[in-house]
Amino acid sequence: MKRIDTAKEAKQNPSYFEALVELLFQLADDDFIISFRGSEWLGLAPHIEEDVALSSITQNTMGHASLYYHLLEDLDIGNADKLAHERQAVERRNASYFERKNGEGSYLQEPYYDWALTVVRQFLFETMKKVKLETIINSSYQPLADIANKVLMEQPYHLAHWRMWLKQLLGSTEEAQNKVQFQLEAAWPACADIIGLGPKAFELEKHHLIAGEDYLRKQWLKELEQSLSLPSSLFVDNHPARGRYGEHTADLDQALSTLSEVYNSDQKAVW
Amino acid sequence: MSMELKQKEIYETLKKVDDPELTAVSVVDLGMVHKVSIDGGTVSITMVPTFAGCPALDFIQKNVQTAVQKLHWVMDCQVTFSFQLTWSTTSITNHGKQQLKKHGIAPPPENYIPGDEWTVDCPYCGSAFTSMENVFGPTACRSILYCAACKNPFEAMKPVLDHHTIT
Repeated sequence: MKRIDTAKEAKQNPSYFEALVELLFQLADDDFIISFRGSEWLGLAPHIEEDVALSSITQNTMGHASLYYHLLEDLDIGNADKLAHERQAVERRNASYFERKNGEGSYLQEPYYDWALTVVRQFLFETMKKVKLETIINSSYQPLADIANKVLMEQPYHLAHWRMWLKQLLGSTEEAQNKVQFQLEAAWPACADIIGLGPKAFELEKHHLIAGEDYLRKQWLKELEQSLSLPSSLFVDNHPARGRYGEHTADLDQALSTLSEVYNSDQKAVW
Repeated sequence: MSMELKQKEIYETLKKVDDPELTAVSVVDLGMVHKVSIDGGTVSITMVPTFAGCPALDFIQKNVQTAVQKLHWVMDCQVTFSFQLTWSTTSITNHGKQQLKKHGIAPPPENYIPGDEWTVDCPYCGSAFTSMENVFGPTACRSILYCAACKNPFEAMKPVLDHHTIT
């Protein structure tokens, strides 16, 4: 495996460069959109300590998204703020499951949000993140491997938090168990997209940027099995919107128009 | 002025630049200063970021630059953060730990296993009779605890360890 130490070197091989950009967008967009949905819980979480915890996790995760957008900036793809705010839904590479609204209503009007959805989704997200990053620390692109190592130092706190919530809800009342089970059933069809690597999966593995999809699936199953009983056909690819391929739902349009509203009101503003 | 003196002067200056969210603990004591290079009147400082999502990093960068540029022989000062090196809470100096305690923040525990629960002694009375109230506190790097002995709530620096050293 050839180690690539700089953005300049990465740009010399078009196949390598394109695969790297694809992966960085997946990592950045996942962290970005899940942080946005997390931020929509501010003031609404089940209790005040959870409000603090979720806000802290969300802020930290947004920091991780920013690191990846800056790696893209280093590759001359564009300014990090612009990449976060200005790209259309079809250009986004987050798994479409992560963009789903938190529940009925909206943040400002009657937010009947579903805590079970958030617990299930955050748990699936953090386990996926761990599995992918544990292979990315050995990535051929050294600047990315360095970031992965950094993120993995902080992320165990996030994962431990959602694992605790999942365990507590599954050991709680029948209503809690049913709500979690309902959300798990809804999540299973999305799992292939979540752990998937999109159209450049082959090149990503070939260039040693991240491990292949088969390995990632196997490792993810191991993580999930520690906390859940899984259906046998988990990775049947039948999700209607494959975010890794730029296919998204109307929920992402809603998210993008809300999160970039202030930014778009004055794009030249200096913060 | 000799190179050695210049280096010393820079470090003395940096010892007075505090983390804006942990006042009284300098960036040197937090273990954030990795390298100081001097070339005539140009100073380059390589720093190691603490938490990735820490909004204080930009301020720290600016404060370090401003402080160093005040030295009469410094013409220019560049401050960069490097991700090639990883910051972990083991980088905090003993003086840093003392300063944290003085301000009601317990230094991170030394026997932490990532993902596991951890506990620290009360920074006020030293009792081990403490409980975790919230792993997540007012900033990314701090947790909230309670001391059952002196009945004070207090904060603690969250331990983080380099992934390479634990696997």
